[in-house]
Amino acid sequence: MQTLDMADIELREMNETLHAQAENTNQTSWEIVNPKGAHAIACGLDAPIEVTVKGSTGYYCGGMNKQATINIEGSAGPGVAENMMSGTIVIDGDASQYAGATGHGGLLVIKGNASSRCGISMKGIDIVVHGNIGHMSAFMAQTGNLVVCGDAGDALGDSLYEARLFVRGSVKSLGADCIEKEMRPEHLAILADLLERAGADAKPEEFKRYGSARELYTFKIDNAY
Amino acid sequence: MTDKSSGAPLTAPIQSATFSNPVNAEIRRAAATGIYDIRGGGAKRKLPHFDDLLFLGASMSRYPLEGYREKCETSVSLGTRFAKNPIELDIPVTIAGMSFGALSGPAKEALGRGASLAGTSTTTGDGGMTNEERGHSNKLVYQYLPSRYGMNPDDLRRADAIEIVVGQGAKPGGGGMLLGQKISDRVAEMRNLPKGIDQRSACRHPDWTGPDDLEIKILELREITGWKVPIYIKVGGARPYFDTTLAVKAGADVVVLDGMQGGTAATQDVFIENVGQPILACIRESVRALQDLGMHREVQLIVSGGIRTGADVAKAMAMGADAVAIGTAALIALGDNDPKWEAEYNALGTTAGAYDDWHEGKDPAGITTQDPELMKRFDPIEGGRRLNNYLKVMTLEAQTIARACGKNHLHNLEPEDLCALTMEAAAMAKIPLAGTDWYPGKPGTSF
Ligand SMILES: Cc1cc2nc3c(=O)[nH]c(=O)nc-3n(C[C@H](O)[C@H](O)[C@H](O)COP(=O)(O)O)c2cc1C
Repeated sequence: MQTLDMADIELREMNETLHAQAENTNQTSWEIVNPKGAHAIACGLDAPIEVTVKGSTGYYCGGMNKQATINIEGSAGPGVAENMMSGTIVIDGDASQYAGATGHGGLLVIKGNASSRCGISMKGIDIVVHGNIGHMSAFMAQTGNLVVCGDAGDALGDSLYEARLFVRGSVKSLGADCIEKEMRPEHLAILADLLERAGADAKPEEFKRYGSARELYTFKIDNAY
Repeated sequence: MTDKSSGAPLTAPIQSATFSNPVNAEIRRAAATGIYDIRGGGAKRKLPHFDDLLFLGASMSRYPLEGYREKCETSVSLGTRFAKNPIELDIPVTIAGMSFGALSGPAKEALGRGASLAGTSTTTGDGGMTNEERGHSNKLVYQYLPSRYGMNPDDLRRADAIEIVVGQGAKPGGGGMLLGQKISDRVAEMRNLPKGIDQRSACRHPDWTGPDDLEIKILELREITGWKVPIYIKVGGARPYFDTTLAVKAGADVVVLDGMQGGTAATQDVFIENVGQPILACIRESVRALQDLGMHREVQLIVSGGIRTGADVAKAMAMGADAVAIGTAALIALGDNDPKWEAEYNALGTTAGAYDDWHEGKDPAGITTQDPELMKRFDPIEGGRRLNNYLKVMTLEAQTIARACGKNHLHNLEPEDLCALTMEAAAMAKIPLAGTDWYPGKPGTSF
């Protein structure tokens, strides 16, 4: 285990050290202590390493992650795992706005609640939230899966494309073009796999599935608002 | 009213200036279809522009430089504030961001080829970076847009600069639209969306709001790219003084300022013609913001929106810009709207020079299309050669003017080299009206 102490080193040195880890590095286990809510911690990683952040983080922790596993032993500020390509990010606490925004791949697990705009414009990422999510989540979500074990706020899935949204609790309101859809066996299988990988104690059968009515897919007058 | 049977002279039919034929045609089109008009290009209305400014030239008190013998430098460094590797260009005319999707792959390649031959940069656009474009561009600026279509860290790391797009002159405050006709398999895959559907591009970034957030976003982008490459912020011509101030505060190395004449691939006509300020009104305000912050020349300013000639380049630089960007002019240099396709333009209900339905993907010149057959008409090598020629001519023209003003570098052109032809231009550009030492709003004068 290598330790990077942000009481001693600057953000730049910390990220530079992690970026220097190659595909075949044998230093695969890292710990960041005293993060003190700093922004851009462990962003842009591109190696199969495991990084544990001992505390809460500021904006964009794990942004654009590839391959790495990042564990945040605290809460995460806005834009955690934004544009993630692959790998896994697990947050023990809550996540602020835009968690997993525009993510292309990998798995984001939020053990607490997520704020508004969770999964906004998601492009293939899988997101599992153990708690609730805020308003405007999955806005313009393109592909990937968003799983919410608790409740969803207002305007869920507004203007979404092909992303699948699974919610166990209540949905305050659905956004434009988002509708409840039939839960078929293939969806239950996806859900079972994600719940297991995310360590969430919930049964696939307890969820409802939401997706696009595809009414906004072609630009016609009734869509022009 | 005259009795028509009396043989007395009749009043001539008079078309209304308010309800002109084009206005009436648009009312009929709207009434028939129920949908607003979407088109490409920039504002078509007449606006105060660089044409309303003139250079004074040398005289008794100013010493000109000899053309062809005395040097007049044209190089520019962009991104000197924070980036380890600023962009060094031979000429101050860059190629603006135009999306792959709006343009074909070969058209993007031609832009890269022409820009590289001329020693300047080209820019990606909504829809991501293509290999053609990266491969053929010596200096490639990677746009970071609200849609984040095709955005990935590998392309980010192979860019020579990053341009965060906050707005575009054609549509400050508007998102984008790529209609289904142009969504080929390749375009769809790059954007992670189904083929053939209309794609909306968001008007706001998904993971930051406001300049304080943007400052942190820039920190993240710099951390991911090791503080190596410059970060530009592109804004439409809305509130240039404040937009520039906030861009500098957020940590930009370069501000890109795009006036309302600036082209677009597809936007509502009502937006293009009615939102934003002409570039002439924006430049001095942006420069004033930089000067007030002590950042003029430290943070570079690139301006765009209706740049066509070396004279436009020289005028923009005399007002304080470090470089300019061209979109529409580059497409015309490649062969867009060429009269040689007149018969086909007619078949599309238009004429060469007026064709602006770039979003429909039927471009006879094979540039703003994803149709494989139309794309074959366009040769990227020849296109690159033509663009290089055009960029060279613009540079020579700007140098000719600079020498006449006694300047050994284009950057040494200054507002004092200019006069304005109209009151409007004088007021907007803060340049004295020709024959006077006054412009409306000049400090110390009464109006
Ligand atoms: C076909 C086309 C596509 C464009 N695509 C983009 C884009 O993806 N992103 C962007 O910031 N601006 C885009 N623009 C605007 C240009 O970057 C630039 O601001 C504008 O073209 C400058 O004005 P000009 O066309 O008068 O030179 C596009 C313009 C055109 C003509």
